[in-house]
Amino acid sequence: MSITTDVSAPADPLKPVQKDGTSLVEKVLRMRSLGILAALIVLVAVTTAKNSGFLSSQSIRDLLLAASIVAVLVVGQTVVMITKNIDLSVGSILGLSAFAAGSVMHSSPDLPIVVGIFAGVAVGAVCGVVNAVLVRFGGVPALVVTLGTMYIFRGVAYFWAGGEQITADEMPGSFLDLGTASIVGIPVLVLIALVAIAVTGTYLGRYRSGRDLYAIGSNGQAAELAGIAVGRRTLAAFAFSGAMAGIAGVMFAARFGTVDAAAGTGYELNVIAACVVGGVAVVGGIGTIWGAALGALLLTTINSALPVLQIDQFWQQAIVGALILIAIAADRIAAVRAAQQLRKRSAHVE
Amino acid sequence: MSSDLATAPAGPTAPAPQSGSRWRELLANWDTAIITLTVLVLIGASITNPDFGSSTNFTFLVLDLAPIFLIALPMTLIIVTGEIDLSVASTLGLSGAAMGWMWNNGFTIEMIVPMCILLGALLGALNGFLVAGLGLPSLAVTIGTLALFRGLAFVLLGDQAVSNFPRAYTSWVTGTVGDTPIPNLAIPLVILAVVFGVILQSTALGRNIYATGASATAAKFAGIDGNRIKFWLYVVAGAVAALAGVLWSLRYSSARADNGSGLELSVVAAVLLGGVSIFGGKGRLLGVLAAVVLLATLQNALRLEDISNEALTVVTGVLLIVAVLLPNVLKIVRTSSQRRKAIRAL
Repeated sequence: MSITTDVSAPADPLKPVQKDGTSLVEKVLRMRSLGILAALIVLVAVTTAKNSGFLSSQSIRDLLLAASIVAVLVVGQTVVMITKNIDLSVGSILGLSAFAAGSVMHSSPDLPIVVGIFAGVAVGAVCGVVNAVLVRFGGVPALVVTLGTMYIFRGVAYFWAGGEQITADEMPGSFLDLGTASIVGIPVLVLIALVAIAVTGTYLGRYRSGRDLYAIGSNGQAAELAGIAVGRRTLAAFAFSGAMAGIAGVMFAARFGTVDAAAGTGYELNVIAACVVGGVAVVGGIGTIWGAALGALLLTTINSALPVLQIDQFWQQAIVGALILIAIAADRIAAVRAAQQLRKRSAHVE
Repeated sequence: MSSDLATAPAGPTAPAPQSGSRWRELLANWDTAIITLTVLVLIGASITNPDFGSSTNFTFLVLDLAPIFLIALPMTLIIVTGEIDLSVASTLGLSGAAMGWMWNNGFTIEMIVPMCILLGALLGALNGFLVAGLGLPSLAVTIGTLALFRGLAFVLLGDQAVSNFPRAYTSWVTGTVGDTPIPNLAIPLVILAVVFGVILQSTALGRNIYATGASATAAKFAGIDGNRIKFWLYVVAGAVAALAGVLWSLRYSSARADNGSGLELSVVAAVLLGGVSIFGGKGRLLGVLAAVVLLATLQNALRLEDISNEALTVVTGVLLIVAVLLPNVLKIVRTSSQRRKAIRAL
């Protein structure tokens, strides 16, 4: 993949330095998404060749449903990671929100389901605001704060649930329908994920305040000097991540129908893995929602392709790990190449 | 025993020029605070519950804290250099799985143990190469190897559990020294803690570790090869995590691929609670070990009181956040009181 850059770039060394620099970065970013897309296509093609049922509408539907919950979490996490922070508490927030939505629908099944949805999302948003305030005013890295709140939110969920489990027959059918319903053939949960991806992706790419997040992640001090409200934007990013985890919690409750306090345990690492594979850098300032969502889709597809390919399900985690390592190593190589070429180019100009 | 650099951690919060601020100085010294808290919790637990002080319970307490204690030793050093290793619990799991696999394939324990530790060192070397050699961010690298190592553990052993280890070894791990309540396991724990403590707190290598974490660039100009230090710390962390994996399998007589799942976050929480800065360059091993004991004691005491593990989850989180926020809160309090004093002097 990268060979094309190597060959084409020196081919016309007379281009202005700056323009080439940005286009190169763009190329690298686009390449990353292309790489994941290619991996995805190969995976689907190979799996379909093995078993044509893999591309049946039912299994595509299952795949997208499974990916949609992770994708919503990934959207929030990407926004946070772009600002050079991290949110380890998303799995716990999902659990707490799922239980909140579930218990509201369980205790008053006559209420419109909007109330349950709102309860879940509100709990998520509140958790997000707690993270935001602690990160903003605590002067402590987000890794530490969200490691702490990961324990706290999970503990609160356990206290609240008290070992209880809310099962599908205890929730109104209208709420559970949310997990299975479709609009024009597309499941509602997938639509929610698509809307989240499209809106946030457009916001990050096209709007001033979205671009500010990249500036904050690349160099916080410079962003501050440039007049960007770093604190406020960081607050907003964490609140947003919490709210998205809340939405994911509601989706979880509606889809699985069974909720206990352990819902979403360990999700945080899967979500961060999807982001990293999708090209979002943990060092901040780099990555897109589209890439991260593709990362989530790729990881979910691997998971459902393995049994079809008759590969032991146990390989899944190892493959995910190897993918993450390949992704960050590829980023590093691309960055080094880009820097070298820029240097070469500026030497030409002189 | 502390060098200039080692005492530096308390630096930003310690100097309290006003008189009568001794308590604040003490609090600002996180080691003292956490050790005091640990002792108070130990005393409180012994008073409120007679079972807590029993010798059986003491043995269990030590056995319970052993894995986190062990892994926290190298983790402290790694976080002091400004990096992190999230793959330690997966290394523990993979080492246990390898142990079970080798045992199933007719190896003897005498061969298995060194081979597991070697395996751990190799896994650590992979982390070290990616982080120190290639300069990749350690958080991302070790999230990757966290999944990779755990995945390989499952590939090796599946969801099977190997439990027929020879009694001589399993009972040594759960046994005590003679008639005392001191578990056999406490001996290697103490030896390793002393070794790591001396290295970090009173050797040139320890000072270089602090210097690397405080400023990698400055350390480089001072002729310190921070990358080499980091590489070897990852190797050591892998070896120690593998040892913890062997002990875990023997203690529970069960080598499983999911042994120690999620333990990495408990270790990181204990290290940060012990006063180590996630930015690197600050923190001491004594505080970390006190934090490990504190968390294990709380867990043990709460369990005796029939209070759920979930309560401990909340306590761990709150303690962690309070611990890292406290220095900043104290700083704000101090500056505002200084300002008040200055205004009054006018």
